[in-house]
Amino acid sequence: MSAIPSPSVDPAERFLQKRTPIQRIHHVLHAYPAISPLVVLILASVLFGLLNPRFFEPANLSLIFQQVAVVGALAVGQTIIILTAGIDLSIGSIMVFTSIVMAASASSFGLPGPAALVLGFVVGTLAGGLNGLLVTRFRLPPFIVTLGTFNIFLALTLLYSSGQTIQEKDIPGILLWTGEPISLGSFKITTGVVLMLLMYAVFTYILRNTAWGRHIYAVGDDAEASRLAGIPVTRILLSAYLVAGFVYALSAWILIGRVGAASPNSSADANLDSITAVVIGGTSLFGGRGIIIGSLLGALIVGVFRNGLALAGVDVLYQTLVVGVLVIVAVAIDQWIRRVRA
Amino acid sequence: MTAATERTPVIEAAGLIKTFGSVVGLDGADFELYPGEVLAVIGDNGAGKSTLIKCLSGAMIPDAGEIKVDGQPVAFRRIQDARVAGIETVYQSLAVAPALDIAANMFLGRELRRRGPLGTVLRMLDHKEMQRRAKEQLQALGIGTIQNITQAVETLSGGQRQAVAVARAAAFGSKVIILDEPTAALGVRESGQVLKLIRDLRDRGLPVILISHNMPHVFEVADRIHIQRLGRRVAVVTPGSTSPSDAVAIMTGALDGSTRPIAR
Repeated sequence: MSAIPSPSVDPAERFLQKRTPIQRIHHVLHAYPAISPLVVLILASVLFGLLNPRFFEPANLSLIFQQVAVVGALAVGQTIIILTAGIDLSIGSIMVFTSIVMAASASSFGLPGPAALVLGFVVGTLAGGLNGLLVTRFRLPPFIVTLGTFNIFLALTLLYSSGQTIQEKDIPGILLWTGEPISLGSFKITTGVVLMLLMYAVFTYILRNTAWGRHIYAVGDDAEASRLAGIPVTRILLSAYLVAGFVYALSAWILIGRVGAASPNSSADANLDSITAVVIGGTSLFGGRGIIIGSLLGALIVGVFRNGLALAGVDVLYQTLVVGVLVIVAVAIDQWIRRVRA
Repeated sequence: MTAATERTPVIEAAGLIKTFGSVVGLDGADFELYPGEVLAVIGDNGAGKSTLIKCLSGAMIPDAGEIKVDGQPVAFRRIQDARVAGIETVYQSLAVAPALDIAANMFLGRELRRRGPLGTVLRMLDHKEMQRRAKEQLQALGIGTIQNITQAVETLSGGQRQAVAVARAAAFGSKVIILDEPTAALGVRESGQVLKLIRDLRDRGLPVILISHNMPHVFEVADRIHIQRLGRRVAVVTPGSTSPSDAVAIMTGALDGSTRPIAR
């Protein structure tokens, strides 16, 4: 018998240590989830720029940012909820309800602009809190809870507004402030776009650098392990829904500025659009995994595809089809990235 | 057995009762853990091992009975209460968040923070200090195989994950460390490492409670063996005085444990 090979260099271990190029890519994507949406965004932009040079004109790029502002803002809240392994289907109807509350309390009830804005923030936060209460206290699945509150707030919006759009002239200036244009050279964005980008900056900091942010990830990753590790899981979940509600109110403000009115019928697609942005941005629907800036990239990818396809003269139905394909590809990539070798 | 020779147990419990509906988990269980020992808790499935441990670690509240830490009565309402008292538990599930890195898991639920840009509002996580201490702790326990403290726990092997969970308990546990089935999911080499960790903890002066089904492991590291049966402690033996087969016989009821003196 020859010498027994030492266990530290057995062939299987050497095999495991060897990495194929695909495994290396897998490893990098696993460590940096924002890379794949960033690559897609750059490739798509280059492609559409080649198809139609007008794509890269400052006016067009500014337009994309303005078109993305509302969904991008909502996606901040949706990301927080999805990170906790939840989902929020009521996001759009809470936003629209809040925008109607803001505008109508000023136009119909004569509340001064700042007071109407504050009232809107209270209403939005409480609406998010209602979702959180139902999820944490009654232990109902977020999907069902928010499906219910989606319909509730949709109905409340229509009841409260009688289906009427509140016109720009009836809305106080402070609520329309998010539509104010800002010129950066030849780029023209709005304060709403800046507000949206600021939200990403603030929440990137919070999720990465505060204990609350880390607990959001931990609870979504494994709620029971988090409880055993001493994290107050219920409180974290409730606070996540409250914070998301606050974000929806901010989105409502941006929506009023973007539309220049408060309409009960605006943003019907916002629910699914926000989920689309989050998923394309690389955040896992299973929770605990993802990065908030990815959702901004996701929202921009959808915006770039819609805009670029439109410039290339592609029918709007095909744009929707492409977005659908993007979502499926994004989830497939997520599944692949999640598979890890122990 | 005079008062002069009696040592004060680090943790003791008397007459613990815990029921789940009509199911009796603990039926008047007693328990003592003395300083500087490894106490194994063995028992068949349903004997109340886990329930006993959960009561001691604050994860469950007993219906009746008394728990004392260093001779002082305590009433743990939450896991955090037991932790404040210096009792750390490594659960069989390990209670680690797989997507978070090693340092994040070591400090999960009690992150180190420092002042951020807004002073004491939204205080920043002290990433550097947590990584430094996590590395220090792993090295102190002789777990050198983990190269990167910022790698996600899910990329570690079973033994390495176990080591992270034990290191976390050792880092914060000032009084007692409870290990629930630490070797159940591990191979031979990894089990050996965990057993060595247990001995190292004891040598550092930390008493350890080891719940295990594995008789060879129990007899290898334990100083005393608490045998649980039908919700009660039926005997406490030492590896020197009792054979593994007798211990199993007491555990299953084939041998009457109550005739034996409680080993101290």
